[in-house]
Amino acid sequence: MHYLLLLIGALSFLYPFIWMVSATLKPENEIAHLSLIPSHITFDSYRAVFDKIPIIRSFFNSLFVSSAITASVLVFSSMVGYAMTFLAFKGKSLIFYVLLFTMMIPFQITLIPTYILIVKLGLADSYMALILPFMVSAFGIFLFKQYFSSIPRDLIDAARIDGSSEIMILFRVIWPNAFPGLVTVGIITFLTTWNEVLWPLIVIREQSMMTMPQMVTLFAIGGSAESQQGVILASAMLLAIPVIIIYIFFQRYFIESMASSGVKG
Amino acid sequence: MSSPYLIFFLMFSVYPILFSLTLVFHRWNIISPMKFVGLENLSYLAHDPLFWKSITNTFYFLAIHIPLQVVLALVLANALNKKMWGITFFRASFFLPVVISGVVVTILWKSLYSTETGLLNSLLIQLGLFKIPWLTSVHWAMPSIAIMATWKNVGLYTVFFLAGLQGIPRHLYEAAELDGASPFQQFIHITVPVLNPVVLMVVILSTINGFNLFIEPYVTTGGGPVNSTLSVVLYIYRQAFSFYKMGYAATLGFTLALIIFIVTLIQKTVLEKEM
Repeated sequence: MHYLLLLIGALSFLYPFIWMVSATLKPENEIAHLSLIPSHITFDSYRAVFDKIPIIRSFFNSLFVSSAITASVLVFSSMVGYAMTFLAFKGKSLIFYVLLFTMMIPFQITLIPTYILIVKLGLADSYMALILPFMVSAFGIFLFKQYFSSIPRDLIDAARIDGSSEIMILFRVIWPNAFPGLVTVGIITFLTTWNEVLWPLIVIREQSMMTMPQMVTLFAIGGSAESQQGVILASAMLLAIPVIIIYIFFQRYFIESMASSGVKG
Repeated sequence: MSSPYLIFFLMFSVYPILFSLTLVFHRWNIISPMKFVGLENLSYLAHDPLFWKSITNTFYFLAIHIPLQVVLALVLANALNKKMWGITFFRASFFLPVVISGVVVTILWKSLYSTETGLLNSLLIQLGLFKIPWLTSVHWAMPSIAIMATWKNVGLYTVFFLAGLQGIPRHLYEAAELDGASPFQQFIHITVPVLNPVVLMVVILSTINGFNLFIEPYVTTGGGPVNSTLSVVLYIYRQAFSFYKMGYAATLGFTLALIIFIVTLIQKTVLEKEM
């Protein structure tokens, strides 16, 4: 009874993906058939995607942008988190409220002015347009602050006596001791930016600069796929594959990170 | 070490809010100079049928999505809350749609929903039932999008509930069993009260996500048929980036933020009183 419920659950989440894999390997006229096994396996759908859109370029765009944002969030958010936890300075409580405030303003309010700012700075259609607004994350700062609070102060005092600068303490002493925090913030930031699609749709119009989700979206709703289901699904499959592969190996970290932070990726 | 953050904050939080507030009182298409129009945007919004349609659509979406999400997540979390073989696999499979891009999920479901060639209708026909015009009928389109969104997110909320369930000490159930409480009574009197705060979190998070609905209608229906799946964010996106009505789009953005704030506040008050 118990297993039956779990099996039905697993099937309803996995079957659509299995069907999708099969649909992309079938000849176009067999997609409607219920059978998962094609009369013959064909890569025509994938070939069509590679012919019609620069999907590989968009993959590297996405990879670059997501990695840059993740690295930046890890460095800058942990710096602010460190200052908030271990340093005494003027305006500390001000920064705390600023943080809370930033987390509470919804993106609907900042979307248009941020777009205009990017245009005024001459950054539209550039990597900076995709990276700059997301370089520090208030959410990341809060999570780091939480993880750092459990690190004993003695460690830092000892390092200070040894003559380490604050930056060195952060990277040499704090980072190795807050590894789960780095993993959590890293996974969530990378996944959120990899999957982001509204912002690229707004600031990128040039095809060579598009991120992968953006390109697949425009391919699916635009005319160049000639509404061939197999081809559209193949482009979606290519977008899903990198995340699925990483997920298979690190699923425990994904689930625990997102469960502990209470946010959606 | 915080000074870079302060500069960042000025650029991407303070400036946008102030600028957005200015835009509310102006008409502006980015190219020609800004024109002060006073309250024109607000009075236009009050009488804009498409804005109200998008708000009604969102509430319709939430009315289906939230109960479905809470019930399914509870059922799945209960099923997972056992020590047995293969539990990691089941948990990972429920969670898979959460990590996959919304674009992929939406494209996949658009195919599943296809009236003539979709998997769902093929199944219905096999079962001797009739075809459903999932995304092409005014009545079915929004519920179809709500089902799809639930399928995508339920794994996340399942994990939240599971964490709550695992925090309940076993001896509570053992004591209740000794007193002759049925499994159902145990669920109502022990499990539900413990999970109430999680329910509140799930309801509020789903509400915020629901108001931010964008990619699902953008890819599947484009807001149609007859605007039945037009979401507020999709409407803002069109006003700003198809018609370049920046002043009006900013007004819509502020109004949406205010509505989200009020709705979640009401939910919090009502649900906390229940507890």
